[in-house]
Amino acid sequence: MALDKIKRMFIELANIARFVGRFFKELFNPPFEFKEIIRQCYEVGWKSLPLISLTGFVVGFVFTNQSRPSLQEFGATSWLPALISIAIIRALAPLVTALISAGKVGSNIGAELGSMNVTEQIDAMEVSGTNPFKFLVVSRVIATTFMIPILTFYSAFVGLLGGFLNINQNENTSFLSYFYEVFDAVDFLDLFAMGFRSIIFGFTIGIVGCYQGYHSSKGTEGVGRAANWSVVMSMFLIFVEELLIVQILQGLRV
Amino acid sequence: MIKQHTSTIDYNDKVIDIHDVYKSFGTLEVLKGVDLQLFKGENLVVLGRSGTGKSVLIKLISGLLMPDQGTINVLGEQVDELDVKELQKLRLRIGFSFQSSALYDSMTIRENLEFPLVRNKRHLKRAEIDESVENVLEAVGLSQTINQMPSELSGGQRKRIGIARTLILQPDIMLYDEPTAGLDPITCIDINNLINEVQQQYKTSSIIITHDLACAKTVGDRIVMLLDGRFERQGNFDEIFDTDDARVKPFHDYNFID
Repeated sequence: MALDKIKRMFIELANIARFVGRFFKELFNPPFEFKEIIRQCYEVGWKSLPLISLTGFVVGFVFTNQSRPSLQEFGATSWLPALISIAIIRALAPLVTALISAGKVGSNIGAELGSMNVTEQIDAMEVSGTNPFKFLVVSRVIATTFMIPILTFYSAFVGLLGGFLNINQNENTSFLSYFYEVFDAVDFLDLFAMGFRSIIFGFTIGIVGCYQGYHSSKGTEGVGRAANWSVVMSMFLIFVEELLIVQILQGLRV
Repeated sequence: MIKQHTSTIDYNDKVIDIHDVYKSFGTLEVLKGVDLQLFKGENLVVLGRSGTGKSVLIKLISGLLMPDQGTINVLGEQVDELDVKELQKLRLRIGFSFQSSALYDSMTIRENLEFPLVRNKRHLKRAEIDESVENVLEAVGLSQTINQMPSELSGGQRKRIGIARTLILQPDIMLYDEPTAGLDPITCIDINNLINEVQQQYKTSSIIITHDLACAKTVGDRIVMLLDGRFERQGNFDEIFDTDDARVKPFHDYNFID
């Protein structure tokens, strides 16, 4: 029984590796589906803006509020902008954006491709001489890989704005001096790392959602499972990747 | 009204030639040595109970599935020996009408119909694409639906649009998977007439998968019956059911209850 489970797990891993390999093979093979890529960028990026704005702002505002008492004990509230900046740019913005996107975008991709699979729309594309992998998978993975980093930078900015509003209310710090402190606390490596890890997260969300949807079992239950597993697996992988990237960055800083 | 069906069949030209094909899914053996030929201009009906592998057969013909054993020759090409590009090229000559219609939910009817054309005939100008779309819509009698979404159409209309989408590439072979399943009797007659009109107008050779005997009688030049993974009976409608075989007779009796 346990042996069977291990065997199934390795077969699944091999299938995922083949799926990722196929993505890179198709990525550079013409024809390119530019129109569909732009449509997917709109779906992933633009339509996620309201949710990302709200979560980014709330995270910045609440984090500032909760951090104040600890710093107040040492009379160090002037360090709040630096603390918020480091927390948001190094950890919160990429992680929160990725997790929110895994829930919103990943489940959407999983469910959409899953239901296309169930209703034979993917087969219909294939028999009409179109490469469904290129049209459906490549375009969506490119869109998430490009748009999640943009959303992450946007989320960081909105989070910093949330922090500013809170600080401005309590400490009367001006906009300019707040942002001077914010950018003084981070360096190029921090911004680069934020972009890099959100590219990895974006790719993960796209490829996991597409894999789950593309290989969903037939039936409505299969669609639900595809959507559900897209989120669960993406989130798990995002945490693992975050852990690894943090270790690598620590090494680079030393 | 049921329209009269006439075919011009060239019995010297086999457009599909299937020889000794086996297909299993895990331990379930679906096809156990199937032999089948489709001649140019012919409407061939494949009858059989649910789960006997009728749909598997046309998925093998279109290369969506590969046989475990045996050969499938379509328009002179051996399907299981083609590479991806060759298979893609062959598929442009095969129209596949799905049981579920398989229309793309997120696209309008116009976009659904354009989809195969835009991707496979990239040299076409906008006006030529529009003309092709209008022509196939007219052929299936649904010109007014051009800007609607698939969810706004009835089951019968969706079937027609599914057929129109395959016709836009002007295929040599049409594969119909349960074209009348889930439709009311009047709409079934419309679809059967449409299958015959398509054959007349586009000079196609067709395989029609069904368990609807009215459909089989209306559109079929020849009928084959899939029993226990093999084609055990073939002929015209009367020949097929002129038997006491307990696997065949109930089929007829259920469809034509007095």
